[in-house]
Order: sequence, then structure tokens, then C-alpha cells
Amino acid sequence: MRMTAKSATLLALVILIALAPVFFPSGFYYRVGALVFVNALAVIGIVILTGWAGQVSLGHAGFAGIGAYACALAPVHWGIHPALAVLLGAAISAVLAWLVGRPILRLKGYYLGVASLGMGILIAMVLNNERWLTRGPDGIEVPELGLRAVLKDAGLDLSNGQFWYFFCGIVLILGAWLALNLRDSATGRALRALHGSEVAARTVGMDVARLKLHAFVISAVYASISGSLLALQNKFITPDVAGFMHSVEMVTMAVLGGVGSVAGAIFGAAVLTLLPQLLTIFAEYEQLVLGLVMVLVMIFLREGVVPSILRKIRGSGE
Amino acid sequence: MKTFLTTTALIALALPALAEIRIGASISATGPAAFLGDPQHKTLEMLVEDLNAKGGINGEQIVLVAYDDGGDPNKARTFATRLVEDDEVVAIIGGTTTGTTMSILAVTEEAQIPFISLAGAIDIVKPVKPFTFKTPHTDRMACQKIFEDMQKNGITRIGMISGTDGFGASMQAQCKDVAPDYGIEIIADETYDPKDADMTAQLTKIKGTEGVQAILNPGFGQGPSIVTRNVRQLAIDLPFYQSHGVASDGFIELAGAEAAEGVRLPGTALLVAGLLAADDPQKPVVDAYKAMFEAKTGTPVSTFGGYAHDAFLILTDAMARAGSTEPAAVRDAIEATAGLAGTTGIYTFSPEDHLGLDLSAFRMLEIQGGKWTLVE
Repeated sequence: MRMTAKSATLLALVILIALAPVFFPSGFYYRVGALVFVNALAVIGIVILTGWAGQVSLGHAGFAGIGAYACALAPVHWGIHPALAVLLGAAISAVLAWLVGRPILRLKGYYLGVASLGMGILIAMVLNNERWLTRGPDGIEVPELGLRAVLKDAGLDLSNGQFWYFFCGIVLILGAWLALNLRDSATGRALRALHGSEVAARTVGMDVARLKLHAFVISAVYASISGSLLALQNKFITPDVAGFMHSVEMVTMAVLGGVGSVAGAIFGAAVLTLLPQLLTIFAEYEQLVLGLVMVLVMIFLREGVVPSILRKIRGSGE
Repeated sequence: MKTFLTTTALIALALPALAEIRIGASISATGPAAFLGDPQHKTLEMLVEDLNAKGGINGEQIVLVAYDDGGDPNKARTFATRLVEDDEVVAIIGGTTTGTTMSILAVTEEAQIPFISLAGAIDIVKPVKPFTFKTPHTDRMACQKIFEDMQKNGITRIGMISGTDGFGASMQAQCKDVAPDYGIEIIADETYDPKDADMTAQLTKIKGTEGVQAILNPGFGQGPSIVTRNVRQLAIDLPFYQSHGVASDGFIELAGAEAAEGVRLPGTALLVAGLLAADDPQKPVVDAYKAMFEAKTGTPVSTFGGYAHDAFLILTDAMARAGSTEPAAVRDAIEATAGLAGTTGIYTFSPEDHLGLDLSAFRMLEIQGGKWTLVE
């Protein structure tokens, strides 16, 4: 039965991504879809870190910033292909997460939250102030990935929106698949055990600090790739991507959907990406509605929307 | 969720009548750039209503589809995509900030739809992009205007104090680049964070620099007001120049009339509407916009709302002349615009020049007794 839960999530995701375009009234919805996928990818990272390892990060947008600016800068300065720049960004993010996490995660409690908050703000400041490199707060152009042209030559002519919808969709499916595999692996079980009780996990001989560090590094890579995809599809990036509000947004999406669940991560990202688009008519009340939704979810669906609903369904089935 | 999306799309589609021109806008009406975007949004709504009441363009009514991007470039790109793909507009006005503008123009250039930006940076129109225009003068031109005035007054060695936000940082770089052309040497170069509450440390350093003859403060928002007050508190008795970024009555209020006394800055005709000569070519349009905006909103006009006014004027003028809303025809008509008086300046575009303004668009202003006065 455990296997089916994993396959069911993946299957539902594949079907949703493949079939949703049938109902799109215009090309604009490909753009919204691609944004949902990009955000969902980062939120899956938060699920691994917060939902499974029980650690809070308030600076994950910093990693998204590194991923994004790697795509903007590496191709121009070092002649690296943008696709490789995505990997370079992920590698830099991983190393940085390791350096920050290694001393901090030896401590018990929420020190990572504070350390990552500082780290995120520092990254945003560097992106804003080092104008010679990043061109500062006005932002910088990002080179074309070039894959769309390759597909066109191969006879598959997609519009820009369509291409990024399916490309980000495929990356999201891969990301979800890896995360779900991790969850069922020895590391994943160990992570969840340490979330349940750190003392108990330590007692049975788990290297708690190392496990937490793994989770932090993996989630940093997710955020970094999400930032890269955003930069490549927008073809323009500003330091806002590394801003504190973006970090908060990621955590909010995870909490709304259900912080322990990959499906919840995708749901949370979808709701919080789509809401502003639905609420353009009452733009002034957007923040109000978002706040209200969060409060209601916290009161009535404490585990997040998806896990709570799944529990209800299973409960009534019994 | 899909039903939700479809329903909103249907509502959006249900509104339009038969013959109409759909113009899109993505403006930062809220967020950190709201003091720029808010008057722009109000201006566009007001002008559309006014033009429709007068019969529209060649008998066709105008529908404005406006979104608030909150100054977030990512949102701006999404809204630009929405305007192009979903709302099917024929032209877009907007991009309050340089960041949002650069995001929007990636979409409009690909879709080949005319786009008129309301942001300052020169990068927007240099190199020239086929469908992108802009109405504000560049920060480089502001530097040139200020240095021209310094030159006239025999000033050659200055101190600069700049905000580290996009506007301040960009203008700081442009001023440093263009200063040698006017024989001006920048011998002190300080910066402040836009959120700082006190700049006396930086100003003391400038004050202590041997040979400084004037101070220039590129920046916008509250920072320049604090700098202005600090300059007076430190009793720095040097000519003090601000940028066009604070060219609004709000600046005098925030800094206080006493502290702002004698401050010079390059501004537009709009700020000194009452002082324009009767035969000034900009006078009719400036007076009309000022009267209409102030009657409608009860707030004083600002240069930034004027940018939106001019963008709308250029676009509708081009559509009327083109006799169609076909994007390439409208683009060609905008490029053929010559001697069109707006609130910011007199626009003459060409295929090589998508900015359309020269230095004459700036007027050197000085604050005296809490009021703007013309220097020339």
C-alpha cells in the first residue's frame, strides 16, 4: 500500500500536468502553470527540510538568488552554457548550505532559522550592492537556454509559454520523484524519526547533526534550481528573487499545503500562485484574503490542506 | 480551480462591446514604488474616461486593462503575458520601475506589441528595441542638466551623496560617467541606504573634504528629504542640487520649506505650470492635465503621473494617425511622432530614437519660500 501512495502522487501529477493545457482558455495559463511548477519545486525542498527534518529556514530565497544569478552571470563571464550554469548554481548553493549548516545544525533548537535568515539577507545585499557584477537593484538580463530552438529544429515548435510549462513540469515531476524516493529511503525514515523525537533518534545511534545537514543541503539545491528556472524563463532577474519576502512565501506555501507532504507542497504553491491572479479585480484586498486563508487553514486544517483532507477521506472510509 | 480561472476569463471577455481598443497597463500602484505608480494608475483611468467621453479614437471606445504589479518584476512579467495572451490588448503602458519594465519588454518584444515604459534607465531604449518606447527623460540627462547649471555658476569640484536603491545607484554611475564632459570633478562620493534615518556622517565627511563647491544628491523617496534636512542642520553653506527623482511638492513638505530653501533640481514644466510663459508650447497640455488631475483626485500633480499622461497621449495620438490598432502600424506612427507637446517635454521620435526628448525638456528649478521657481 505504501508503494501505491507514492505512485499515486506521481501519476496524479503527470496526468495533471499533461492534461491541464486542454482546459487553458489562452496562452497566458501556460505562464501561470510554469510559475506554479517553479514555486512547487522550491517548496518541495522546504518539505524535506521542515516537514521531514523538522528544521526551519527563513533564507531559502538566498539559494534561489544564487541559482538565478548563476544563470545570468556564468554564461556571460565564463562562457558556460546556461544549462551548466544551473548545475553550477546548485553546486554553489549546496556548498554554501553545507558551510552554514555544519556548525549551526550541531546545536539543538531553531538556530538554523536565525542563521539562514541572516544568510538570505546577506545574499540579497550582495546582489543589490555589487553593481560591477550583478548590475544592482535594476536587475540583469539572463541568456536564452536555447533548448526551445533545438526542439524547433527537431520538428517540435512550442510557444515560449508552452515550452516553459512543459519543461518546468518535467523538472517538477523529477523533483517530486526524487523527494518521494528519499522519503522512503533509509535517510528519509531517519529524518522523519528525528523529527518525531530527536532524543530517541540519537539514542538509537543516528548521527542527528549529519542528517539535518543533508536535508538542508538537499533543500538548498531544490531552491537553487527553482531560482535558475525562474531566471531562465523570465530572461531577466532582479535581486527581489533573493528577498526575505520570497523566503517567507516559500514557507507559507509549504505550511498551507501541508508541510510534511510533497503533494501538499505542490498544492500550496498552486494556491498561492493562482490567488493573486484571481484576485486582480480586488487587488487592494489581496493581502487580506491571503492572510484570512492562512488563518483559517491554521485553525481548521492544522496539518495543512492536503494531509488534513486525506485524513478525512481515509477516516470516513473506515 | 480550473472553473474559477475560466469564469474570471469569461467575466473579462464578457465586458467588451463591439468596436473598442484594448490598452493594457502593468503599474506599481502598491509596494515600494507606489508613490510613482499610484498617480500613474489614476492618470490612466482618468484619461481613458475623458477620451471615451469625447468619442474615443476614430469613434472607437478605449478599454483599459490595468494590473498592479506591486513593483515585482516577476509579477510584471506574468501580467504582461496575461495582457498579451489573455486580454489581447493592442499596446501596453507601464513598467513603473526599471526592473518591471525590463520584464515587460521581454514579453512585448516577442509578441511584437507597442510598449511605452514609464521608467528612467537608458538601457530600456538603448540599444533601440523595435516596439519599446519610454516617456521619462534618463538619469544621464538629469546629470547633464545639473552639470550645465554648475558650469554656468563656475562650480568645478563637487561632492556626491547617493542612495543605493536602483534610481540613486544608476544616476550616481551616469553622473560620474558624464562629469568630465562638463569639466566637473567629483572629489567626494558617499552613499546611504534608502531606509537610513540620518546621513550626517556622510555629509560631515563631504563638508570636511577640501575644496568642495557644491553637493549633488541623486535619490528618490524619503532619503533626499533627510539629506536636505541634515545639510541645513550641519550648516553646510554650499549650493545643493537634488535630482528629478524628488520633483514633487511632497519633497518640500517632507524636507520642510526652510531646509529646502535654495535647493536646485532639474524638473518638468508640470511642476511650475503657473510660471510658464503664455506662449510656451507645453503650457496648454500642462494646464489641462493639472486642472483635470487635481479636480479628479484632490491631490497635486506629480512628474510621475505626467509620465503616464504622456505615454497615453503618444499612444492615442499614434493610433489616431495610423487609423488602425495594428501593432506595426501603431509602432510606425509613434516613430513618426514629431513636436508632440507632453507634460514632460516635447516628443519627437524616430526609428533610431525611442526616447524622443532632449535636454530642453528639463527646466532648472529652485525652491524659494516653499515654492518651485524657474531659474532660467
